[in-house]
Amino acid sequence: MSCTAREVIAAVRRGAEVMSAHRDELVELDRAIGDGDHGENMDRGFRAVVAQLELAEPPTPGAVLKLVATTLISSVGGASGPLFGTAFLRAASTAGDAESLDGTALAASLRAGVDGVVARGKAEPEDKTMIDALLPAVRAAEESAGRGGEPAATLSAAAEAAEVGARSTVPLVARKGRASYLGDRSAGHLDPGARSVALLLAAFADVEGAE
Amino acid sequence: MPVGLVIVSHSDALARGVVELLGQLAPDVRVEPAGGMSAGGLGTDFEATSAALADAETGAGVVLLYDLGSARMTAELAVESLPDPDTAVVAEAPLVEGAVAAAASAQGGDGLKTVVDAAERAVGGTVDSPEQATTAAEGTDSGTQSSVTTSPRAKQDLVLRNEAGLHARPAALLARVLTGLDAEVTVTAGGNSADARSVLGVMGLGARKGDRIGLQATGPDAESALRRVTELADRDFEG
Repeated sequence: MSCTAREVIAAVRRGAEVMSAHRDELVELDRAIGDGDHGENMDRGFRAVVAQLELAEPPTPGAVLKLVATTLISSVGGASGPLFGTAFLRAASTAGDAESLDGTALAASLRAGVDGVVARGKAEPEDKTMIDALLPAVRAAEESAGRGGEPAATLSAAAEAAEVGARSTVPLVARKGRASYLGDRSAGHLDPGARSVALLLAAFADVEGAE
Repeated sequence: MPVGLVIVSHSDALARGVVELLGQLAPDVRVEPAGGMSAGGLGTDFEATSAALADAETGAGVVLLYDLGSARMTAELAVESLPDPDTAVVAEAPLVEGAVAAAASAQGGDGLKTVVDAAERAVGGTVDSPEQATTAAEGTDSGTQSSVTTSPRAKQDLVLRNEAGLHARPAALLARVLTGLDAEVTVTAGGNSADARSVLGVMGLGARKGDRIGLQATGPDAESALRRVTELADRDFEG
């Protein structure tokens, strides 16, 4: 079983619903250690993605991911636009023109996306950023795929690891991004970017699991 | 046409302000602002940055300068999205000082790489910044910074003979001749001092043709720093 454009679109739509439902929570998290616009930015970005999908549904998983990337880059302000945009862009390019992605291809796309975020944002593990959710997620996805895991299992492994990774940002002192301006005062708060990653991966896993 | 510049800022007003500033000292350089979100408000806009990048390109390449972290990411993404990403470079430089140095260099007809170097050598403000001197390329591998207290010192006065005095282009060349030297150089004119590597600081001295300026250098390369500056002045600040 592998996932086609139809499932990727469903996953993205579910991601948009989750971003909308958690908008205020993300705003609150970002208000504590950032500039307070993360929830609004992510919600606006994914709404724009859904609006694009209403116009035309791309034929391949790669094309869907590319549409998500370009739309997020254009519509999300702040650091999240270039970061999430780069993640989806690199993932799209690794997915290529394939009609469908199996667990291994999915993990490879996720890896490319995460590498893109690292290159763009230049954050290290434990800097209290989205990387702290993404790196464990991609490792879990690769392990799952390596054991022959289907896309659903691969995504759910990634989502679980991302959730743990996101929670691990709470005690950390931020060393990258706006929160780093706060120094020690950034400790004790969940990183909003890591939270978004965990929410999105859980949403994607949710859809794949239901297929 | 000279190399073009794009000013990527979270603020529309800030980007336009830098463009206004550069318009005075580098009138032939195409400088495009990309500030704020298209719907208004603070942020960096990918579409606006890409459009500014296209507008600034006249065939000689484009240097992008940015204000804060996420502006760098937007600028990089815009460059990577070009048909040929090698035609534009995001400079790691302080926004205003870097833009001034880059504009002066571009106005002088320098190529893309030299304009980027000019921006990246630019130092902020008029304070000493010893680490800038040896990080720039030019074959030095002196590695360590020497202590200022035991370093050689050198002093010299000279009279400006060139038409423009210490305006943008001469100030940019002054910064450039000091590249690779382990010396802190201060320029004094009319009772004010500036770090010789700060294009904006040196311009701010307002030294004109006929003015006497003082040069003071500290560090292992103090002597050669003053020699280079004197030679530059003797050439009437012709690159």
